[in-house]
Amino acid sequence: MESVLASLVGLIAAAAIYLILSRALIRVLLGIMLLGNSVILLIFVAGRLTTAVPPIVPKGATVPGGVFANPLPQALILTAIVIGFAMFAFLVVLVFRAYQEMDADNTDHMRLAEPEQQPQPPLEY
Amino acid sequence: MISHLTPIADWLVVLPVILGLGGGAVLLMLRRFLRWQPWLALLVLLGVILCDGALLERVLTSGPVAMTMGKWLPPFGISFAVDGMSALFALVSGLVAFGVVLALANEAPEGAVRDGVYPLVLLLMAGVNGAFLTGDLFNLYVWFEVMLIASFGLVAIAGNPIQLDAAVKYGVLNIVGTALFLAALGLLYGQLGTFNMADVIGVAAKADPLTLTATAAVFCLAFGMKAAVFPVNAWLPASYHAPPAPISALMGGVLTKVGVYAILRLLVVLLPVSRELLVPGITAAAVATMLLGPLSAIAETNLRRSIGFLLIGGVGVAITGAVTEGAVFGAVVYVGQSIIAFAALYLVAGLLETATGSFDTRNMGGIYAANSRLSIMFLVLILGIAGVPPFLGFWPKLLLLQGYFADGNWLLVFSLLLNSLLSLIAAARLWSFAFWHPRTEPVVRPRGYAPAILLTGTVLLLGIAPSLLIKAGSVAARDLRDPVRYIATVGLAP
Repeated sequence: MESVLASLVGLIAAAAIYLILSRALIRVLLGIMLLGNSVILLIFVAGRLTTAVPPIVPKGATVPGGVFANPLPQALILTAIVIGFAMFAFLVVLVFRAYQEMDADNTDHMRLAEPEQQPQPPLEY
Repeated sequence: MISHLTPIADWLVVLPVILGLGGGAVLLMLRRFLRWQPWLALLVLLGVILCDGALLERVLTSGPVAMTMGKWLPPFGISFAVDGMSALFALVSGLVAFGVVLALANEAPEGAVRDGVYPLVLLLMAGVNGAFLTGDLFNLYVWFEVMLIASFGLVAIAGNPIQLDAAVKYGVLNIVGTALFLAALGLLYGQLGTFNMADVIGVAAKADPLTLTATAAVFCLAFGMKAAVFPVNAWLPASYHAPPAPISALMGGVLTKVGVYAILRLLVVLLPVSRELLVPGITAAAVATMLLGPLSAIAETNLRRSIGFLLIGGVGVAITGAVTEGAVFGAVVYVGQSIIAFAALYLVAGLLETATGSFDTRNMGGIYAANSRLSIMFLVLILGIAGVPPFLGFWPKLLLLQGYFADGNWLLVFSLLLNSLLSLIAAARLWSFAFWHPRTEPVVRPRGYAPAILLTGTVLLLGIAPSLLIKAGSVAARDLRDPVRYIATVGLAP
C-alpha cells in the first residue's frame, strides 16, 4: 500500500511541477496547490500506514490498548493545511491584483521589476 | 511529564517571540493612531534587543539555554533552545530591525503606514527570532511561514505595480521552497520519528546514512532557495529592489541569513554524516554563488539590484561554513557582521536614491562633492563588504581563510580571494558612478541620516573592536561542532 501511495505522491508532484513551469500564472497557482497536496500526502505516508485503533485511552487505563495509530502526522498535516491555505489565499489575491495592475497573467509580460532589453552597462569607469 | 515549573529566567528564551507577536497584534489594534505606530514599534524592538542581548550574555557565560513548552518531556514537547549562533544572529537582526523602523519613521509613505508596515515588521521579527531560537524542526517550518507571510506583505506594501510584479515572483518561488522544506520534514520524520533538534542528533547517528543524506539534500535545496544560493537565486534580484529602501534593508539583511542559519544548523549540528557526503555539492554551489554574485553586480547598473548581487556573493561565502569543519567559526562571524553591513548598505542606497532622484547609477554622480556624510558611509560599508581592513568585513574573511588553510582546501581559499577582488571591483564601479562622475542637476538633501548613521556606526565600531563578535563566534562554533552541551541543556542524554 505504501508503494502505491508513494507513487501517487510522485505523480501529483510531477503534475504540480509541470504546471508551475508554465508561463500562465493561473496554472502556476494550480500547480502550487497540487504541490502542497502531494507534500501533505507524503507526510501522511511517512507516518506509516497501519490498521490500528485510534489513539484514545480507554476508561480506567493510562495507555491506549493494542497497536494504536500515530497521531503526530495528522497534527502535522493539519498545521500544514492551515498554513498552506493561508499562503495560497494570499497568493491568489496577489496574482489578481498584479493582473489588474499590469493587465497580464503571462509571466513573459510581467517585466516591470526586471525590464527587458536593458542598455549595456558602461564599459569604462 | 515535567513536574517542576519552568524557572522564570528561562522564559527569556521565548520572550523575543512573544514581544514580536504581541507587539504586532497591539499595533494592528491601534491602526488608527498612525503617529504612535513607529514609536511603539521601536519600544517593542528595544525590548526584543534587550532580551536577545541578555540571552547572548547568558550563553557566553554559562552555555546554551533551553525550555520546553507545556508539561511534556523534551523529545515530545516543543523545545526552544539557544546556543551562541542563535543568540548572536537574533541580537544583530534586532539591531537591524530597530534601524529599519527608525528609517521608516522618517520616510515611509502614509499609505504604507496605513497598510500596516510597522505591525508587519514586528511580525517578521517574531518569525525571525522564532526561527533562530527554536529547538524543533517542525517549529522552524512554522516560523519560516510566519516570516514569509509578513515579508510578502512588506514586499507588496503600498502596492506599486513594480512591487506587485516583484511580490508575485518572490511569493511563488518562496512557497515552492517551503513546500520542499515540508516534504523534507516528512521524509525525515519517516526515518527518525522525531523533530526535536537535540534528539535528532542522537537518532540520526544510528540511521541509514544514505537515505538520510537524500533527505538532507532536499533540506539543502529548500534552505538554499531561502538563502539565494546560486542555481536557485533568481528571485532575489527580481524582488529585493522593488519595495522602499528600509524594507529592502530589513529583508536583504535578515531574511537570507535565516536560510544560511538553517543550512549551518542542519548540516553542521544535526546531520554531520550527511554533510560529509554532500560536501562536493555544497562546495560547487558555494563557489558558484561566491563568484557569480559579484560578477553580476559588476554588470548591473541599478544600485539596489547591484547590492542584491553582492548580497548573493556573501551568501556563497557564508555557506562554506558547511563545507569544512574549520570554516564554521569564520562563517558564523561572517553572517553576524553581514546582517548589519548589508542592511546599512541598503539604507545608504535609499538615501542615495533620494539625493539623486534616480535608481540607476549611470544617472547618479556628483555626490562626493555634494554630500560628505553619504560618501563616508558608503565608502566604509562598501570597503567592509569587500573585506578591506580595518573594516568589519575583513575579520571574518581572515578567520575563514585560516579555516580553509587548516583543512588544506585551496579551492575555497582562491574562491574567497577572487570573491573579495570581484566585490571590490563592483564596489569601485558603484563608487565611481554614484560619487565621482560629474553632475549638473542639483542634489536633494535626504530627510534623515540617523538610522543609516546608527547602523554604519555600529559596523565601524565593531570593525575597530571586533573582539565581542569574535568571542561570540568562537563560543558558537564550539557548540556547533560539539553539541554535547546543547543536548544536555535541552534535557536529553547524549
